[in-house]
Amino acid sequence: MSVLADAWDYLTDPFSWVGANGMFGENFDGSVRFQRDSILALTLEHLYMSIAAVGIATAIALPLGLWLGHLRRGGTATTVVSNVSRAMPTVALLTLFAASSIGFGNRAVIIAAAIFAFPPILTNAYTGMAGVDRDVRDAAFGQGMSRRQVALRVELPLAVPLVAAGLRTSATQTVATVPLAALVAGGGLGVIINNGLATQRYGQVLAGGLLVAALALGTDALLARLQRRVTPAPLRAAARATAGA
Amino acid sequence: MVDDNPWLSLDYLRRSGDEVLDHLLIHVSLTLQAVAIALAIALPLAILARRLPRLSGPILGVTGVLYTIPSLALFALLAPYTGIGRTTVLIGLVAYALLVLVRNTIVGLEGVDRDVVDAARGLGYSRTRLLFTVELPNALPSIVAGLRLATVTTVALVTVGVVVGYGGLGQLMFRGLQSNYRAQIATSSLLCIALALVLDVLILLLARWAMPWTRTRRRASRAASPESAA
Repeated sequence: MSVLADAWDYLTDPFSWVGANGMFGENFDGSVRFQRDSILALTLEHLYMSIAAVGIATAIALPLGLWLGHLRRGGTATTVVSNVSRAMPTVALLTLFAASSIGFGNRAVIIAAAIFAFPPILTNAYTGMAGVDRDVRDAAFGQGMSRRQVALRVELPLAVPLVAAGLRTSATQTVATVPLAALVAGGGLGVIINNGLATQRYGQVLAGGLLVAALALGTDALLARLQRRVTPAPLRAAARATAGA
Repeated sequence: MVDDNPWLSLDYLRRSGDEVLDHLLIHVSLTLQAVAIALAIALPLAILARRLPRLSGPILGVTGVLYTIPSLALFALLAPYTGIGRTTVLIGLVAYALLVLVRNTIVGLEGVDRDVVDAARGLGYSRTRLLFTVELPNALPSIVAGLRLATVTTVALVTVGVVVGYGGLGQLMFRGLQSNYRAQIATSSLLCIALALVLDVLILLLARWAMPWTRTRRRASRAASPESAA
C-alpha cells in the first residue's frame, strides 16, 4: 500500500491512459470534449490550452515588443509590465476570472495563462531589438535602407536569439501554469493531482506530479534545442549570457 | 445580479476582517520564513560553487530543474510524504526561491572587481575575511536584486498552497470562488499584490540603508537595473 506502488499501479494501468469511456466525448452543444479520466486526453488538453495561451500572447506581445524595440522607446514600461506580472498570483487571476462573467473552465485559464505568457515575450523582443549595435543600424540606414528594411532585415535577424529565448521561457512557464486550471474546473494534467488530493489517493497525486513535471521539463528541453537551432553559432555565447536560462 | 455581488465591499471587511487578517499573517510568515531559509541555503551553496567551480554546474543544474517543475506538481510530489499543510508548502517555496538566490549570488561574487580582491589580498586578508568583508559586501547589490525577485514570486506562489490546504490568502480566494463571493476573491487578491509591493519596497529600503555607498551611484546604475528574468 505504499504511495510509490500506488503511483506505479496508476501509471501502468492502461485504463488510466485511455480512460474508461475513451479519450474523447461530446459536449451538450456537440463540441469535442477531452475525457477527464484519461492521461492521454488530459495531456492533449494541456498542450492545447498551453499552445492557445502562448499563441494569443505571441500574437500581441511579439509585434509590440519588436516595434517598441525598433523605436527604442518604452523600455521602462516593458520592465514595469514584467515586474507587476511577477507580483500577480496566478491563483488570484484564475479565481477572479472564474468568478467574473468569463466563467469557469478552460476559457478563463487560457486568458489567464496568456496574460502570464505575455511579459517574457515582450521584454525579450524589446531587449533583442533595442540591443542591436547602433553602428550596425547607422550603417544600414547609410546604405539607403528604409526603416522597415532595417527593422526586418538587420535588427530582426540579430534579435532572433533573444526572441527565441523569450518564447521558450514563456512556453515553459505556461505549461507550468496550466495545471492550476484544475482549481477552477478546467482541464489539463492538473486534474489528476486535484482529483487525487480530493479523494486522498496519494499514489495518483504522485503520478500526476510526475507527469506534469515530465511534461514541463520535456517542453523546456525541446524548446532549448529549437532555440539553439535558430541561434547562429557566433551568437550562442551572447544569447546564453543574456538569457540566463 | 447588478449589485448584490460586488467585487469590492467594505461590508465584507467589516464582517470578516479578523479572518482576512489571520490569513494575511499566515501569508506573511510563510513568505518570510521561506525566503529566510532559502537565503540560508543559497549563500553557502553559492560560495561553495564559487570556491569549487566543478560544483557550480551541478548546483545550478539541480536548482534549475527544481525551478522548472510546476508548483502544483512539486506540491503533489511532496504531499504524499510530508502530508497536507504548512511543511509541504514551505519546502516548495524554498525550492523555488533557491535558484534565483543562488544564481544572483554567484553572479554577484563573480562581478567583484579583481583589483579590489587583489588589493585586499595584498593587505594580508585571509580567505574568510576576504569573503565577509570584501566579496560579499561587493556582491550585495546582486544578492539584493535576487532577494527582491525571490520575495515577490514567493508571495504569489504561496497561493498555490491551496491544493494542500495551506495557501494563506489563496485560501480566501479559493473559498470565495467556491461560494461565488466576489468581494472575498478581490480583497484577498489585492492584499496579495499589496503585500508583494510592500515587501519589495521594504527590502529596497533596507538595502539602501545597508549599502550607503550605492546611493551616490544610483542614478548611473539604474539604467542597468536587475533585468535577468527567469
